[in-house]
Amino acid sequence: MTAETSPAAAPSAFFARRRRNYRRFVFPALFVVGAVIIFPWLFTVWMSAFDWKIGEAPHFVGFDNYVRLATNQRFLESIGHTFYFTLLAVVLPLVLGTIAALIFHREFPFRGALRAVFTMPMMATPVAVALVWTMMFHPQQGVLNYLLSVVGLPPSLWVYSPTFVIPSLVLVEVWHWTPLVMLIVLGGLAALPTEPYESARLDGATEWQLLRFITLPLIAPFLIVAAVIRTIDAIKAFDTIYVISQGGPGTASETINLYLYLQAFAFYNVGNASAVVVVFFTIILALALLLLHVRQRTRWAAG
Amino acid sequence: MSQAGTVHAGVAPRQRLRSAPRARLRRGVRRLGFWLSVVVIVSPAILVFLWMLSLSLKNEIDNLAYPPVFVPDPPTLKNYVQVFTENSMGLYFWNSVVVSGGATLIALLVGVPAGYGIARLQAHRLTVLILIARMTPALSYLIPLFTVFQFLGLNNTLTALVITHLVITVPIVVYIMAGYFETLPKELEEAALIDGGSAWTLFRYVALPLARPGIVVGTILAFIFSWNNFVFGAVLAGRATRTLPAAVYNVLTFEQLAWGPLAAAAIVVTLPVLVLTIFIQKEIVAGLTAGGVKGG
Repeated sequence: MTAETSPAAAPSAFFARRRRNYRRFVFPALFVVGAVIIFPWLFTVWMSAFDWKIGEAPHFVGFDNYVRLATNQRFLESIGHTFYFTLLAVVLPLVLGTIAALIFHREFPFRGALRAVFTMPMMATPVAVALVWTMMFHPQQGVLNYLLSVVGLPPSLWVYSPTFVIPSLVLVEVWHWTPLVMLIVLGGLAALPTEPYESARLDGATEWQLLRFITLPLIAPFLIVAAVIRTIDAIKAFDTIYVISQGGPGTASETINLYLYLQAFAFYNVGNASAVVVVFFTIILALALLLLHVRQRTRWAAG
Repeated sequence: MSQAGTVHAGVAPRQRLRSAPRARLRRGVRRLGFWLSVVVIVSPAILVFLWMLSLSLKNEIDNLAYPPVFVPDPPTLKNYVQVFTENSMGLYFWNSVVVSGGATLIALLVGVPAGYGIARLQAHRLTVLILIARMTPALSYLIPLFTVFQFLGLNNTLTALVITHLVITVPIVVYIMAGYFETLPKELEEAALIDGGSAWTLFRYVALPLARPGIVVGTILAFIFSWNNFVFGAVLAGRATRTLPAAVYNVLTFEQLAWGPLAAAAIVVTLPVLVLTIFIQKEIVAGLTAGGVKGG
């Protein structure tokens, strides 16, 4: 072991001695990251302890901002909206993305081109897409209600209805991000071994059994990665909601991020907004850790 | 299916004659079902873009017609002309090029060496920092930076926008480059090291030329994410310094409610991104999963 590694280890040790030289490569980026990422984190925590409005002198209030948030009906409701939106915007793309991945995993003519078309929404500028959906949602002239009437369904108010606004926004989110789930799962499918399928087929397993008992368990780690990413992105969704419904009608689709935006840039109440950021980030971190914990558990189960 | 056919062929030729068309039919139905599912899954993606294109090529009367007019007849470029002449789309386009280009350039200058350093130092904790940055809502960078820019009198300037967009571009470039440099064989650098090259020489003349494909991917991803960002421009920019997404939202939705120009502007924003995407089909996932801070 040692005899084998020693010739290669000599230059590596040389590398190790030159670590200080390599640190220099990182410093400029560390400076930028410190200025635009780490400084805002710390400054946010600091601001959250102040009653601070832009243009007025801040004064220290300790944990008051947090205490007031805990009883702020509108903020608490926005947490509810966020969870509702996130749940739908994670589960639906996961299901549809997995189905799409199973389809694109097979060989068929024009597969590459069709996959490229399918993934187009993912990169499109969210604001541009949101504006087009706004026009499509229009209750009178929108094309969606026309399509409903073609198949004989009654028209919907879409984002103008307090009950349908969040599902409608989820529809845009599903359209936008199902391709990402599809590509992640497709990566998982490409890495599958063929032996379990061959032996299961010899045992007379049906296609459904192959999917249920071999494919899904094997791609579970990829599904969880997709779920983590989708959760982080859905909970932070802003552009589409802001452009399409502005959190309305009323506050029916006001998520934490929308509430945050209004506090900061409509009321310039940056102290309160900073407290919202801290709570918001804690929620995101907790959800991500929870999902990663699930991932560990599945890994144990698989092992 | 074909195996079953040959077995039958040996045993009972008459039966085969009857079952072969039925098997072919079944296969045909299955194939039809498969293609149907392909159509169902792909069509929403393409139809929204086609509808966007259709809206942008029709006059206002057709755009507001019910039932909707799907195919522009005759197609008109009037909407595009209007957004460039009356809504100064050209200026906003240029602002976006400056902001995204500037932020991407700075990110490359600091991020490519940093990626190299992280790869050689095996400093994986720094990439964890990037993952945490990925989880943080973009608005939470905006509030402190806005407050500081207010203090410095930098609000409404392109400089403030370029600085803020570094939040998006630096992590993605560092992440992509660290990953890329890790895949490069160390042997070449070790050889150069023995020949007496300094760390900088190794980077500049050995690693950097090899990393060109990684740099291309990092550049395109950073540029796209920066280009697509809406909220930084919406908050920090003044009337004349808006980036394209902020301008499309502000100018066109508040000052006039016309669908044709709106769709034309939406296409002007999105088209560069869709074109750039073609070059990095395979790397998009890496970019979207791990890399940049995006959205709100």
